[in-house]
Amino acid sequence: MSQWDRFAETFFNGAVMARYLPDIVAGFFVTVWLAVLVFLAGLALGLALALVRSLRVRPLNALIVLYVDLFRALPPLVIIVLLYFAMPNAGWSPSGFVATWLALTLVLSAFAEEIFWAGILAVPKGQWEAARSTGLGFAATLGWVVLPQAVRVTIPPLTNRTIAITKGTALGSVVAVSEILASAQTAVSFSFNPSPLMLGAAAYIVLFFPVVLFGRWVETRFAWKR
Amino acid sequence: MTREPPVLSIRGLRKSFGAVEVLRGIDLDVQPRELVFVIGPSGSGKSTLLRCCNRLEEPSNGSIHFDGTDILSPRTDINAVRRRIGMVFQNFNLYPHMTAAGNVMLALRQVLKKDRREAEAIAGEALARVGLADKRGAYPNELSGGQQQRVAIARALALEPKAVLFDEPTSALDPELVGSVLQVMRDLRQAGMTMVVVSHEMGFARAAADRVVFMDQGEIVEQGPPDTVFGAPRHARTRAFVEQIVRH
Repeated sequence: MSQWDRFAETFFNGAVMARYLPDIVAGFFVTVWLAVLVFLAGLALGLALALVRSLRVRPLNALIVLYVDLFRALPPLVIIVLLYFAMPNAGWSPSGFVATWLALTLVLSAFAEEIFWAGILAVPKGQWEAARSTGLGFAATLGWVVLPQAVRVTIPPLTNRTIAITKGTALGSVVAVSEILASAQTAVSFSFNPSPLMLGAAAYIVLFFPVVLFGRWVETRFAWKR
Repeated sequence: MTREPPVLSIRGLRKSFGAVEVLRGIDLDVQPRELVFVIGPSGSGKSTLLRCCNRLEEPSNGSIHFDGTDILSPRTDINAVRRRIGMVFQNFNLYPHMTAAGNVMLALRQVLKKDRREAEAIAGEALARVGLADKRGAYPNELSGGQQQRVAIARALALEPKAVLFDEPTSALDPELVGSVLQVMRDLRQAGMTMVVVSHEMGFARAAADRVVFMDQGEIVEQGPPDTVFGAPRHARTRAFVEQIVRH
């Protein structure tokens, strides 16, 4: 057996791959579902926090900054483990799926809040003044004038951050969420062959490559010349 | 002849930023259809005075009545007042994500709740008034500075304001583009618009202003017809400023 054959046998074993493909596909859909939920909830919560912050109520802003700094500082894995293993002592036992979703949502919302807030701040003060001077209220100015401009500058950093954090769905494998990585690891243990890991890697590429491309497309689509 | 009440009436207006008092007791009346020119060295409080008139800056003390409304009263709906006072900024402040027509239509749609067709018709008229009927679909970055400022003027005019405040409307423009904006302002004056203009365009002031107000260090030092203020200023400070401007 040549070296190449041994390599192929180990990492690209067709029989093993075929056998565990259904598991990886099932894990793929768990990851997609988890990632979509994290994406929606994280960005919505982040935007909501940034909007509250734009009201500039001091005590509220102090709380938001504390929240944001806390969840940007904590490793997502720590939050997942805390939610999953510690919360039951406080009377709430989230499933691994819920613990992972909540932890990643909190982390994404913290980063998203900072990005949205930076975007809102990046809109020149004159834009507020122009809109307010025509009689538009605070909310209308924010909604029609400031946010459309803020969102444009936030798309590149937001895409990066969203991809980075939704990839954290792999951390769910620690708390028994059978997403891609967990399915692949289980398959490896049963088959004594790492080929399912390669399947898992392929699944991540299938999942995130279009997201990266979509991010790029949105960036060019919404960029406008100054 | 019955005297009409002033459109804008300012009494004892004071404004401090922290420990710095920028406006130190301003009294000023602006009559209907009057064009008042406010001049003065930078830091004299001209822009702050203008921005207090629609409460973009919150005055520290004093009173401002606009068209009979006490605009500093907590019971006054400031948004309702603002749509009757147009404002034109030094840096245009057009919304970069909207076309020229979109810029003009936003307040028509959102504040005056006009339907789309009516708003489009009004925007078309307003843009025609500033000579930009053919630019309604253009985005601000596709327009020259002069054109952008005229769109900004159209945005203010579309709301049919009782007065328009101009905050250094030509200061950010290349010299060859200033004329088109001044022409629009001249037309506005012909049409009887009440205007308060903070500007360094002395030629325009001489030709078009009813009254020139000279401010220095937060106070009105001197005011009168342009010929008097520029030709025979009574105060040393006015004289020094005017000489500097003329020499320049």
